[in-house]
Amino acid sequence: MSARHVAVRAGAYRDSIRLMQISRMVSDLPGVSSALVAMATELNVDQAIQMGYAVPPGAGGNDLLIGVTVDEAGALPAVLERLDAELSRAPAPATTADGGQDTAPRTVAAAAKRFGATLALVSTPGRYAFVEAMDALDAGVSVLVFSDNVPLAEEVRLKRVADERGLLVMGPDCGTAIIAGVGLGFANVVRPGPVGVVAASGTGAQQVMSLLSVAGVGISHCLGVGGRDLSAAVAGASALTALRALDDDPATELVLVVGKAPEPAVADRVRSETATMHTPALIVPVGPGQPDLTAGVENALRALDRAVPDPWPRWLPEREFSSAAGALRGLFSGGSLCLEALAIAEPTLGQVRSNIAADPRLRLDPSEPPAGHAMFDLGDDRLTLGRPHPMIDIGPRLARIAAEAADPVCRVILLDVVLGHGAHPDPAAELAPAIADALAVRNDLAVVCSLVGTADDPQDVDRQAGALRSAGAAVFASNAEATRYAVRLVAA
Amino acid sequence: MTTQVKRLLAGEPRTVTVGAQLLADALADQAAPHLNVEWRPPADDLLPALRRVAGDPRRASANALAAERMLAAGAQLVDVRRASDVIGLERGQFCHAGPPVDWARASGPLRGALIGAMLLEGLADDPDDAARRLATDTGIALAPCHDRGGVAPMAGVVSPSMWLFVLRDEVHDRTSWCPLNEGLGRVLRYGAYAPDVLERLRWMGDVLGPALAAALAAHGPIDVKGLVGQMVQMGDEGHNRNRAGTLMLLRDLLPDLAEDTARSGAEVARVARFVGGNDHFFLNLVMPAAKLQAAAAGDIPGCTVVTAMARNGTEFGIQTSGTGRRWFTGPAAVPEGLYIGGYGPDDANPDIGDSAITETVGLGGFAMAGAPAIVRFVGGTVSDAIRTTREMYEITVAENPAYALPALDFRGVPTGIDVTAVIRTGILPQINTGIAGRVPGTGQVGAGLVQPPMFCFVGALDALAEAAPAV
Repeated sequence: MSARHVAVRAGAYRDSIRLMQISRMVSDLPGVSSALVAMATELNVDQAIQMGYAVPPGAGGNDLLIGVTVDEAGALPAVLERLDAELSRAPAPATTADGGQDTAPRTVAAAAKRFGATLALVSTPGRYAFVEAMDALDAGVSVLVFSDNVPLAEEVRLKRVADERGLLVMGPDCGTAIIAGVGLGFANVVRPGPVGVVAASGTGAQQVMSLLSVAGVGISHCLGVGGRDLSAAVAGASALTALRALDDDPATELVLVVGKAPEPAVADRVRSETATMHTPALIVPVGPGQPDLTAGVENALRALDRAVPDPWPRWLPEREFSSAAGALRGLFSGGSLCLEALAIAEPTLGQVRSNIAADPRLRLDPSEPPAGHAMFDLGDDRLTLGRPHPMIDIGPRLARIAAEAADPVCRVILLDVVLGHGAHPDPAAELAPAIADALAVRNDLAVVCSLVGTADDPQDVDRQAGALRSAGAAVFASNAEATRYAVRLVAA
Repeated sequence: MTTQVKRLLAGEPRTVTVGAQLLADALADQAAPHLNVEWRPPADDLLPALRRVAGDPRRASANALAAERMLAAGAQLVDVRRASDVIGLERGQFCHAGPPVDWARASGPLRGALIGAMLLEGLADDPDDAARRLATDTGIALAPCHDRGGVAPMAGVVSPSMWLFVLRDEVHDRTSWCPLNEGLGRVLRYGAYAPDVLERLRWMGDVLGPALAAALAAHGPIDVKGLVGQMVQMGDEGHNRNRAGTLMLLRDLLPDLAEDTARSGAEVARVARFVGGNDHFFLNLVMPAAKLQAAAAGDIPGCTVVTAMARNGTEFGIQTSGTGRRWFTGPAAVPEGLYIGGYGPDDANPDIGDSAITETVGLGGFAMAGAPAIVRFVGGTVSDAIRTTREMYEITVAENPAYALPALDFRGVPTGIDVTAVIRTGILPQINTGIAGRVPGTGQVGAGLVQPPMFCFVGALDALAEAAPAV
C-alpha cells in the first residue's frame, strides 16, 4: 500500500542545487517511488502538484516543500529520518582553499608560461617532437630537441621559425648541451671556463669537453645544433645563431665548432661568420681525412696557451695484449666516436664495414654477423626507434660482446663508454663482467675502451676506468688513442 | 645577436621538459630549475594534421592577435528592440540555437520552441497546425542565431516580435544581440509552449521589452563587461549562476524604471519582480557580451582559436577563427547533472543552446573556480571547481584580467580555446548547462555539466590543416 507525504517547513532555506541533490538521494532510497525536496517557489509548487502532491496553500519561496511517495507506508518514517539527516548534514570540511596543488602542465606552452621558462627540452619519440618544439617556439622559448627520427623538413621549418623569432633550436638529435653549467641531455659535468662549443656532433662534443676537462680547461656553454645542421638543406641555421651567441658571451674566449665536415657551401657560411667574430674560433671536424678530435683539442689548448697533457690518461691492464692478425670489431654508442674510429682505422686496415659507412658498398646491416673489420654505431637513428639509446641501455652491447668473443676471426673489440648525466648510472658494472667473461674464454682476444667522462661525472671516471681495467680492458680517455691502440693490435 | 638567445645564456636555464623522464631526472640531479610536462602522445591518426597546423608559421601571431582582440572587446548594452527591427527578421523567419538544423532533424525542445513561436506570431491555429506547417510550409525559414550575429540560450528560438538586448563592442565596431530571459521551468527556450508560456512571452513583448527600452534610454548604455567582471567576483560564473549579475542590472535600471511616468507603479513592480525573481535574467546579457568577445577573434588566417561553441539539441558545433563560419559538428551529448522533481536522465534531451558561448570566452564551466556555490551540480567539491578552471588554462591561449577569479589569486579566466591544445591534451572544454526535457512542451528538467564531442575538434583540426602551408 503506497503512501504519500507532503510537508511545508517555514524558514528552512537550502540552495536549489543542494536540494536537487537531496531529492535525488531520497528518490534513490529503496521503497521510494518519487520525491521532491525544493523551495516552495511557484514553479516547484506546480511541479509538486503535477507529481500528484496536494501542496498546502500559502507556501512561499522561503519555505521548504517536501513530497515523498513510498511503496509501503511502513517505510515512510525511515525515509523521512534519512531526509532530515541529509537536510541537517553539515557540509564536508573544506580542503585547502585553492584545491591543493596546481595541476600538472599538459603542454610545453602551458608549462613554459607558468614556469617563466627560457628553454624547452623535447625528448618525445621523434614523430611527436615537431609539435612540441613548435609549441615551445610559439611560447617564445628556445628548444633543445633531443629526439631523433625527426624528418628533415620539420627541422628546416623549426629553424626557420626560430630564426625569425630570435630563438635557438638545438637539434633534432641533439645529444648534449651545457648552458651556464647545466647539462642537458647526455652531458658531462664540466667546470666553467673559457671554451664555448658549437656541437653538430653530440659524442664528439662530449669527447672534446672531457679532454679539455682533463687539461683543466672549462666550458662556458655547449650549444648542440644537431647532426644535420651543417648539411646543405639546413645550411647551418642553428650553428650560425650559436656562433653569434657565443661571440656575444663575455665568458667565452674561444669557440670550437665540433662536427662532421660541413658541405662546402655551409663551410663557407660558417667561415665567413667566424671571420667576423671578435672571439677566435676553431673548427674541430670529425670524419675521414680530418684530424681527430684529440688533435682538435690539442690545437685548442695551444690556442689558449695551455699545456697539452702528455700522455692523455690511459688505464692499461696488467696482462698485455699480443698483436696478431684478425678482425677489429667496434661497438659504439656514440656516432661521432664511431665515425672517428673509422677514419683512423681505414688508412691502416683498409676497408672497414659499418652501418654508418658513407660508401654503400661498405654498409653493413647490424643484424648480420660481420666478416672482417667492422664498426657499429649502435645509437644510429634506425636502431633506436622505439628503444632506449645504448648509452642508457647497455644490454644489447653485452650480447654483442659475447657474440664477438664467440667469433674466432675477431681479435679486438673496441668499445666506447660515455659517462655523464643522462647516461647509464654505472656502465662498468654491466660491461666489466661481460668483458671479463669474453677474455676468460678467449686468451687471444683484446678489449679496448675509450672512456668519455670527467672526474665530476656522477659515475666517477676513475672508478669506471678501474673496473674496466680490472676486467682486462685497455682504457683510454682519448677515443683516437684507443682506436690507434686497437688498430695496432690487429695490423701487426 | 638576438636578445632572446642572449638571455638564454645569461644564467641557469629554466627548463621545461617533455618526454623521457630520465632527462628531467638529470636536471633534478643537478638541482637545475625545471618543470616536467605531463605529456601523452596524441592519437597517431591525428598526427599528420596536427603537425601541419602546429607548423603553420602564422599560427603563433594569429593566436596572439585573437587573444588580444578577445581581451580588448567591449560590451555595452545600448538598446532593447524587437527582432524585426534589430536584425530584420521577417514573418515566418526564425532563429535557433546551435549549428544549422531543419525541422526533420530538430530535437524535442527545439520543435516545442518553434511551435510556441509559431503560435506567438499567429502563424498557426494550434500546436498540431504549427508542427504541420513547420514540417511542410515553404514560407518558414530557420537560421542559426550565430549566422545573424546573435546568440540565444537553450532552443534559442527567436521570432520577429520578440525583444532583443542589443550590445555593442565599440572597440571592434560590432553589434550582438540576445532575446530577453523568460525565467526558469516551463518556458519556450526549454521547449514549452503551453498557454501560460505564450502569455508570459506576450507580456514580455508588450510590457517588459518597452519598459526596459525606456529605462535604458533614460539611463544610457550599461557596461555589461564591467558587470560581468564584478559578478565573477561575487560567485557567478555567468552561465548557470547569474544571480549577482541580475541584481546589479536591476540596481542600475530600477531608478529609471521607477521614474518612467508612462508606466503604472504596479507595472514597474511587476517588471522589477520579474527581473529580480529570475536568477538567470542576466545570462542573456553575458551571452551577447561573450559573442562580441568571440567574434572579435574571428576570421584571422591560421588562427586555431575557437570562436563559437553551440548546440541545437541534435548536434554540437564549433567554429574557429581560421575557418570562418564553417561549423564542425558532432552528436550532442546528454549532460550529467541533477534533475528537478520526478525527472531523470531518461527525460533529458541532448545538450542544447548557444549559451556555451560563455565557455568560449572563459566563463561558465571555465570560471567554476569563481562559483563555489554551484559546484555540487555533479556532486563536486570546491577543489574540483578550482581544478576544472586550472585544467582549462591548459587548453586556452589567454587569461582575461577583466574577469579575475579571487580564489585563484585574481588570475584572469582562461580565455580562447586552442583546437590544437584540445587535441594534444585530450582535455575537452567543460560546459555548465541547463537540461531541457526531451519531449516537446516539457520545459526544463535539470542542470549539469557537459563536454563537446572530440569529433568537433578533430574536424576543425583537419580543416585548419588543409588551410595551412605544408611543412
